[in-house]
This record gives sequence, C-alpha cells and structure tokens, in this order.
Amino acid sequence: MLKLEKRPQPSRVFAYLTPVLAVIATMFAGGLLFAALGKNPVEAIRTIFWDPLFGDFAAYYRPQLLVKGGPLILIAIGLSLGFRAGIWNIGAEGQYIVGALCGAAVALAFYPLEAWYIFPLMVLAGALGGLVWGMIPALLKVKFGTNEILVSLMLVYVAENLLAAMALGRMKNPEGRGFPGSRNLKEYPSAFNDEVFVGTGMHWGVLTAFLAVIFAYVLLSRHMLGFSIRLSGEAPRAARFSGVNPARIVLFCLGISGLMAGLAGMFEVSGPSGQISIDFNVGYGFTAIIVAFLGRLHPVGILLAGLLMALTYIGGEIAQGNLGLPSAAIQLFQGMLLFFLLAVDMLTNYRISLVKREAT
Amino acid sequence: MKLTHILASAAMALGLATAAVAQDKTKVGFIYVGPVGDGGWTYEHDQARKAVVEHFGDKVETVYQESVPEGADAERAISQMALQGADLIFTTSFGFMDATVDVAKKFPDVKFEHATGYKTAENLSVYSARFYEGRAIQGHIAGKMTESNTVGYIASFPIPEVIRGINSAFIHARKANPDVEFKIIWAYTWFDPAKEADAAKVLIEQGADVILQHTDSTAPLAAAEKAGNVIGFGQASDMAEYKPSPRVSSIIDDWAPYYIDRVQAVMDGTWETKDTWDGIGPGMVGIGEITDAVPEDVKEEALAMKEAIASGEYHPFTGPLNKQDGTPWLAEGEVADDETLLGMDFYVEGLSSEIPD
Repeated sequence: MLKLEKRPQPSRVFAYLTPVLAVIATMFAGGLLFAALGKNPVEAIRTIFWDPLFGDFAAYYRPQLLVKGGPLILIAIGLSLGFRAGIWNIGAEGQYIVGALCGAAVALAFYPLEAWYIFPLMVLAGALGGLVWGMIPALLKVKFGTNEILVSLMLVYVAENLLAAMALGRMKNPEGRGFPGSRNLKEYPSAFNDEVFVGTGMHWGVLTAFLAVIFAYVLLSRHMLGFSIRLSGEAPRAARFSGVNPARIVLFCLGISGLMAGLAGMFEVSGPSGQISIDFNVGYGFTAIIVAFLGRLHPVGILLAGLLMALTYIGGEIAQGNLGLPSAAIQLFQGMLLFFLLAVDMLTNYRISLVKREAT
Repeated sequence: MKLTHILASAAMALGLATAAVAQDKTKVGFIYVGPVGDGGWTYEHDQARKAVVEHFGDKVETVYQESVPEGADAERAISQMALQGADLIFTTSFGFMDATVDVAKKFPDVKFEHATGYKTAENLSVYSARFYEGRAIQGHIAGKMTESNTVGYIASFPIPEVIRGINSAFIHARKANPDVEFKIIWAYTWFDPAKEADAAKVLIEQGADVILQHTDSTAPLAAAEKAGNVIGFGQASDMAEYKPSPRVSSIIDDWAPYYIDRVQAVMDGTWETKDTWDGIGPGMVGIGEITDAVPEDVKEEALAMKEAIASGEYHPFTGPLNKQDGTPWLAEGEVADDETLLGMDFYVEGLSSEIPD
C-alpha cells in the first residue's frame, strides 16, 4: 500500500523537479483533452510547444515570446517578493491599469511635442501610478488591519472603471470620430516604446523585466531587506523577535509590486498595445500570479516560467488558428499547468513510500 | 486502449505533416472578439463563416480565432493568419482597427476587411451594417406596445453606433406614441450576462414594460420573461428561444451575403478597397419574425416600415428633427447624411437623459 510520509526536510531535488514534472503531466492530460475534442494530441502539443520556437514562422514568433512574457515576468517578480513575505497582492491587474493610465496621460499631455524627456517622464509616471495604487491596500492594512487580498482585488474593478471613463472621456482621441480609445502612441515617436534592438521584440519593458529579475535576485540573496522578507514569510514570530518591522515589509512589498505592475502597464500602453482603450487590460496581472508560483517565487524561476507561459499563449493561438482548437481548451490547458504544479508540489514535502499492510 | 489510440494519432500526425498543402484553395481567416457560442455578435459572424464554407465548398478553407483580446494580441493573431497563408482576413470588432491597419501594412498581398471601423488602405476595406434601420422598427413596435409609456434601453458604450440606435428607436417610438419616455442604462459592456440582467431588472422596476438592448446576451430577455408582461427584442442574433414572448422580434446581423461576395471577389481577382455600410435593403440587417404577441395592425405597420426602408423610400432620420437642446438639425423632409450619422454624438429632442462622458 502506498503511504505519504512527511520528509524531515523539503527535498531540494523535487523543488527543482516539480515544475518540470508539472509541464510533462500537463502535456499528457492536455493531450487526452485534445484527443477527446477529436484533435490529434501529438500534433496539438507539438504546435503549442514546438512551432513558436522552431516552426516555419519561428522568426516571427520568437520575438513575440518576449513581448508576451515581458509584462508577465515584470509583474510576477514584484508579486513574488510579497508572496515570499506572506503578503498577497492579488490586484496587480489594477496597478497595471493605473500605471498605463498615468504613463499615457503624460504622453497625451505633451502631444504633439517631440522631446527626449517625454518617455522617461512616462516611465516615472507609470511607476508612480502603480506604486500609489499598490499603496492603498498597504496603508489600509497597516493602519486599519484590512485584508490586502480583498482590498487589492476590489481595486482592480475600480481601476477598470477608471480605464473605461478615461477611454470614453478625458483621454479619447479627438480625431477618433467619437469612438472610445486614446490616440495611438505608436504614431507618436517621443512616446513610443520601441524595440531596443530591432526585430527582437525586446522593447524597454522587456529590458526592465530582465533588470527586475537581477534586482530581485540580489535583493533576496544578498540584502538585509530580502532576508527580512523571507524571514517574515517563513517564520513571522522569529522575524518579529529579530526586530523586523512588519508594517515596513507590508509597505515595501505592496509598493514594489504595484510599482512593477505599473511599469508593465506603462510599457504595454506605449508599445505593443499603443493606446488606452476600454479593454486595454487582458489579464496579465492575474496570469502573473500563476507565473510567480510556477517559478517557485524565485527570480530565475519566474523568468523561465514567464517565458513558458508566453509559449503556451502563443502556441495556443497557433493551435487555435491551425487546428481549430477552441480558446477555452487552451485556457483549460494553461489552468492544468498550475493545477499539476500544486499537485506534484506535495512531493517536495512528502515522499511516497511502500508499506506492507500489517496483519490484524 | 488509450495508448494505442495515442500511437495511432502519432502515426497520423506524421502522415499529416508530410501531406502537401493544397494551394489552390482560397484561405479565409476570421478574428473574433468573443466566443463563437456567445449567441450574439460573434455567433453571427461565425454563422456567416459557415455560410461561406457551404457556398464555396472545397474552394475555400476557413480558419478562425475566437476571444481575441485587443492590442498586441490581436496584432499577433492577425499576423499569424497572414503568415499561415490566408488570402483574406476579416477582423470583426472595432477594437481591432489599429492592429488590422498595422498588419495590413506588413502584408500588402493579403486582403483585409475590418468590421465597424473607419480606417481603410490599399488592401484594407471596412464594412458595417445600418442597425439603426432595424432600431426604427423596434422603436415603432415599442411605442405601440408599451402600456406604462416607459421603454427601457440597455446601452453598451456611448459611441456613435449606440447613440444612433437610441435616437432611431426613440424617434419612432415617439411617432407611434407621443407620451413614451426612454430610460437608458449604460452597461459598459458588449457581453456580460450578469450585468445585462441587472440592468434589465432595474429598468423593469422603474416601470419599463419594453426592454431594448444593445448588448449581445440573452440575459435581458430572460429577465423580461421572469418579470412577465415585459417584452424585448433579440439583438445581433434572432434569440428565437424566447419566442413568442418576451422576444417579439429581433435585429439579426446577416454577414453571409457580404462575406460570400468578398471571398468571390478575391477568387476572381476583382477585390478592391470598399467602404460598405449596408442595411435592410441589401440584407445585411435582418428583422426577425414579428410574433403573435404583437397585434396584427402593429405588425403590419412595422412590416410596411421595413419595406419602405428596404426600398430606400424612407430614411429613419428624416426631418423635421431637432437636437436634444432644441437646436434644429434636419428641416422638413431633409435626410441625415452619413457623415453626421457616423459621428453621431448627440441625442435628438425629447430624450431626457444625457450622454455620459
């Protein structure tokens, strides 16, 4: 008979192995799902994981991986710091929106002036916007002990309404024939978040995401603050005894995750998306939560997880277009990834042992 | 057994991968904003896609991608279709406009068709339907049918398209019934059954016994059915499951004739950039069966109006009409020009609420 036995210490091997196992399990279960839908499972899996990287049009898709993965990584890095400390910012989507709104506001205010300082100012505004939106649940938690999960999540809906109001009102393109949506920042050179290296898909936001990975790595492994964050999450009592100020950790974690989400929003609106519209946000803030956990809350892990998630998005789209898979099946497939990760995660802390049934 | 199944599939995949792709087929792509099962907007575009397949049979291959978000994702989805060899791509939502323009620039040999937008290019056409023609008929029926003299209107976003619909419905409801008032709720969504149901409930509580909707789900009809004695209309799709009441008629988007026409043009090599805005006449806007819940005489009047609009004899925006603030807009017998209609950002006289910013 099989029995679960708690490991004396979490297994290091399995900590690294579980994401890989989860991906493999997802491929199998996803394959069965696709087969049940009457599609060829091998072809579907190949389309999702192989075609974007090495298929016929990989030259187009590879840069798109960075475009899609960049914001996910940037947001997930911010979130992971809080998650490490047991502070749950679920509202990155809202911070992303507000960052985009602030960044776009700066650009639209300067339009049509062309100057080198506009883009840096937009970056600053985007970061600040996200920071402020993230600080609302932080301050409420510190001052009144409110639950940051609820407050940050609810603020997403506030931000969405703010976005709709802006797209229909103040930020509406005056030359847009009355339709909602702002001017397209892609057509405004000073505000356009262009590719840093042509043809790579690497815009300033992707570069920032890579810098964030390094920053988070150094912070967590080399810096006192990073140690305090980890300690607060792993042993809150010990953290208190050793003089860690919990309020400071809350403010820092929600602030920095808001800031990074805001930056991601700003880079998106000024680059790939191009304009403030009612449906500007497409769920990066929520998907980043999955990315953070898939990456084991470790900066390098998040980098890989973000790219993997981007791969399933882009591969999933190709599968939709080429094989006629419904989009819901692709979403289910992505959901499985997290499901299996959580399931096999158990192996990190437990081991399966074979026990002989004792005679009664 | 499952293993053998998978192995068999694997063998098949290899076979498929090596099979030559038939190049003589015309490949047509569709980008949808919602799921094909939304029962409204996207559903009708997909019905038209199926009609294209039925019409051309082996000569076409269609591909589609549903629930495509706006922005960078749309651009990638459209590019992907172009890369995969599509000859003609329909992007079926206003929000895909800039993405379609960008991709059209990169693929000069592929033809693009964008629904409800206004930016055209050498290889990019736009098309839309004169839904306001259908709204006029709805307005007439609503004006005749309401007993509380209150008509509820679930609007989506304050854009010209929606404002035009409200105006058209209101003008004809007032003509049919001078005492009628419109109560308008802005749902700020095209498709959200929960929100739409809430809006319908609020309107019904405020005394509305006719609900008009410019959102795509059947939730308002469900709410009307539950309330009893409230009627409504199918939107974008026939929504026939609510016949004969509360659904007494409907506006149906029928894209099939246009799509077939455009695919044919690509096949013949006669495709040219066009700016199409068709109504009841060419069949792009259909009026669903008017059920027996509507008295015979009202039904006849409605059908007569439909005929008059279809033949071009009557235009729903014919003067005398004033703007909401009382300033004259159209003189007696004057007909609104398309330019004004396309950018409509004002209510006509008699509507009591204001357009939100």
